[in-house]
Amino acid sequence: MIENDYRNEIRFCGSGGQGIIMAAIVLAEAAGVYDGKYVCQTQSYGPEARGGTCKADVVISSKEIDYPKASRPTLLVAMNQASCDKYFLDLNPKGLLIVDTTYVKKVPTGRVAALPFTRIARQETGNTMAANMVALGAFGHLYKNVTAKSLEDALMARVPKGTEEVNLLALRAGMDAAKHLDLCALPQLVREEEV
Amino acid sequence: MPEEITRLTHKYLRHDKKFPHIWCPGCGNGIVLGSLIRAIDRSGLHKDDVVLVSGIGCSGRMTVYADFNTLHTTHGRALTFATGIKLAKNSLHVIVIMGDGDATAIGGNHFIHAARRNMDLTAIIINNQIYGMTGGQQSPTTPYGSMTTTTPYGHIENAFSISELAMVAGASFVGRGTVFHVQLLDSLIERAIQKKGFSVVEILSNCHVQFGRRNKMGSPVKMMKWFQEHAVTMQKAKQMNTEDLEGNVTIGVLTDSDKPSYLEKYQLVQEQAKASLKK
Amino acid sequence: MNRTGAKRKNILLMQGNEAIVEGALAAGCRFFAGYPITPASEISEGMSIRLPQMDGTFIQMEDEIASIGAVIGASLAGVKSMTATSGPGFSLMQENIGFACMAEVPCVIVNVMRGGPSTGLPTHPSQGDVMQARWGTHGDHPIIVLAVSTVRDSFEITVEAFNLSEKYRVPVIILSDEAVAHTRETVTMPSPEEIKIIDRIKPEMPPEWYIPYEVTSTGVPPMAVFGEGYPYHITGLSHDVRGFPTQRPDETDELIRRLYRKITQGFHEIQKIKSFMMGDAEIAVIAYGSVTRSARQAVLDVRQLGIRAGLLQLVTLFPFPRESVETVLNQCRAVLVPEMNLGQISREVKRVNQKDTRVTTYNRVDGQLITPEEIYSQLIQMK
Repeated sequence: MIENDYRNEIRFCGSGGQGIIMAAIVLAEAAGVYDGKYVCQTQSYGPEARGGTCKADVVISSKEIDYPKASRPTLLVAMNQASCDKYFLDLNPKGLLIVDTTYVKKVPTGRVAALPFTRIARQETGNTMAANMVALGAFGHLYKNVTAKSLEDALMARVPKGTEEVNLLALRAGMDAAKHLDLCALPQLVREEEV
Repeated sequence: MPEEITRLTHKYLRHDKKFPHIWCPGCGNGIVLGSLIRAIDRSGLHKDDVVLVSGIGCSGRMTVYADFNTLHTTHGRALTFATGIKLAKNSLHVIVIMGDGDATAIGGNHFIHAARRNMDLTAIIINNQIYGMTGGQQSPTTPYGSMTTTTPYGHIENAFSISELAMVAGASFVGRGTVFHVQLLDSLIERAIQKKGFSVVEILSNCHVQFGRRNKMGSPVKMMKWFQEHAVTMQKAKQMNTEDLEGNVTIGVLTDSDKPSYLEKYQLVQEQAKASLKK
Repeated sequence: MNRTGAKRKNILLMQGNEAIVEGALAAGCRFFAGYPITPASEISEGMSIRLPQMDGTFIQMEDEIASIGAVIGASLAGVKSMTATSGPGFSLMQENIGFACMAEVPCVIVNVMRGGPSTGLPTHPSQGDVMQARWGTHGDHPIIVLAVSTVRDSFEITVEAFNLSEKYRVPVIILSDEAVAHTRETVTMPSPEEIKIIDRIKPEMPPEWYIPYEVTSTGVPPMAVFGEGYPYHITGLSHDVRGFPTQRPDETDELIRRLYRKITQGFHEIQKIKSFMMGDAEIAVIAYGSVTRSARQAVLDVRQLGIRAGLLQLVTLFPFPRESVETVLNQCRAVLVPEMNLGQISREVKRVNQKDTRVTTYNRVDGQLITPEEIYSQLIQMK
């Protein structure tokens, strides 16, 4: 599904320490370095290294990118409730929300790909730290402008040495989990009233 | 002896360019400059391999008079410039001249960190217990109770001991001398120059114009006499009890240890970094 | 669309801060001294990894004053040197930056701007230090200030900063901001042959003929390196041509005027700008740094409405590219100067505005990037 516009805006959000920025970096590396797109990856964060809300944006385009941030993301990946609540209203009405149901219990829209990323990470890899890569895998399956191979290569290049295997396993687990989702069954819009 | 003085003067001073100097008659700075030149000469260093770095103040002008690579930096920052020079070009011998205000007030942070790193520098600190050039204000080494132009009712702060500060901060060599004990001073500076790592020589010097005049020692002779009477050698100090030592200063080599210098350790870092590239 | 998924040669995804590290190394920088500060710390971290790999030296100093001191010292010993900081640290460095101006020591200082004054907004962008970069140190002094706007130009402009610094023997300030510093973009790394590198001119005459601060036609005297047979004196005091302190009015006047003249004579080479859609423009945006990005987008968008808008990007902020700005002021009815401060470069634009061209400002000081939409609506109003 999604976007053949030249400019795609994607946002990952969650709490500090969930690997939000790493997920965005791997996506940017895959799309930019391996798939040959223009990419811009930015983040905003507070003073906390752990906790607090954290967001990371990736803009992917077939043309040179001017404004580097996502102002109206078409894909929003929320890894916890606080960040889901905070950034949901930024989501493009025609976009798609992706949430980690391990932590996001109150889902604000029916147009959502809901999967328990953290639980999958624990079950498949034994390490909840890999939830970000599970989410990225699921995202990668739903977002057709990046290839699975590029995501895997980018992951191997970017994650800390010694964690490649766990993260790769997580990425693939996320891709598999997303295969069971049927986006056609979802409502067409995130928020009816806004259109 | 006169021939020797002529030889050193001609070899090491910018005698044709920059004299007469700005120091007051009887100032201890000239004695320190003499000691420094003799020590460098005895160390056999090539003139062009020596960089003399100074800060601001009367001591800061020493770099104008000596014919080496000379750098007169900003107030308190001489050690930072010197650190850059040494790290960029290890073959240079970098000697830093500072005053007490320069090294322990505005530059106090740089001083303790250069010592902590055991940076490969020689620091020569002329301690005249006062800000001389700016008109006699209190410095971190001004003795308790002294009169200065900014302590008109007597000084209420305690003084730093520069040498002890250097020792606890990690300098590999610390010596203390006075401008009265010139032969000792020559040897302290020579040993400091030859030492790897951070070496410090603290030199008690006279500012009879700004310090002495306000504290009943208004002539160089009176101040020299004070140094003569109150300086105690390390050997003698060991046989004295704390009460007897009160009010005196110990002179000589206070510490001398062989620990790896900053550059020795950084060379290992460079090797490690290059090896990581080859993998 | 390239779906091969193969890694493309020489393309790297990196942050603005990382691009500055790579640009500096490509320019020949082999010494870095710094002190941790958000949002510039990645430059220190990158240098601590990369420099020892190439026989260079990284040191974390005790503060920013010490960092710039060490950088000046290393440059005097013949090694190209750099430091990086943000507003609070940049304030601390000012005295020694003045020393580098006075003693004519090449060095590069990166200021990754964050919200100010004081501790301000450490993790948010700003352009509040523009005037400080020009006038931060005391006394009349020449200085070069360059502004980066993308990760790609962070690399190129850093190389340029070293070249200008070496050629003119002057400190060069690179102004980045949190938005560029922490944005990751792909950069095509040029091969070493593609990079033009300028080194300082060293004395070639016999040492006894060397006059360290000689008045030359370019205004830039050859620079001796410590330990290469040309011992001389360097001071922050007013000095004569031999480098020794002087209080003589004639010598002091000649020195200060020469420091200015060497930069003035190089205007054509130092003052860099980029024009975008200016050919037929009736209204223009004058921007620099990350705001340029939004301005480009806005210019493209209003052109869709038939509004003839253009963009003048200032790469060199100081010496202020007066000639280029005057050309735009003469050509256009109205000019917009959007800035993430309350009007710093706009003052310069107004200063050189000799006609009655309308100069409008648009300012944000809330730690957020100015968006294309904001510039778009300003341009619509100026139509």
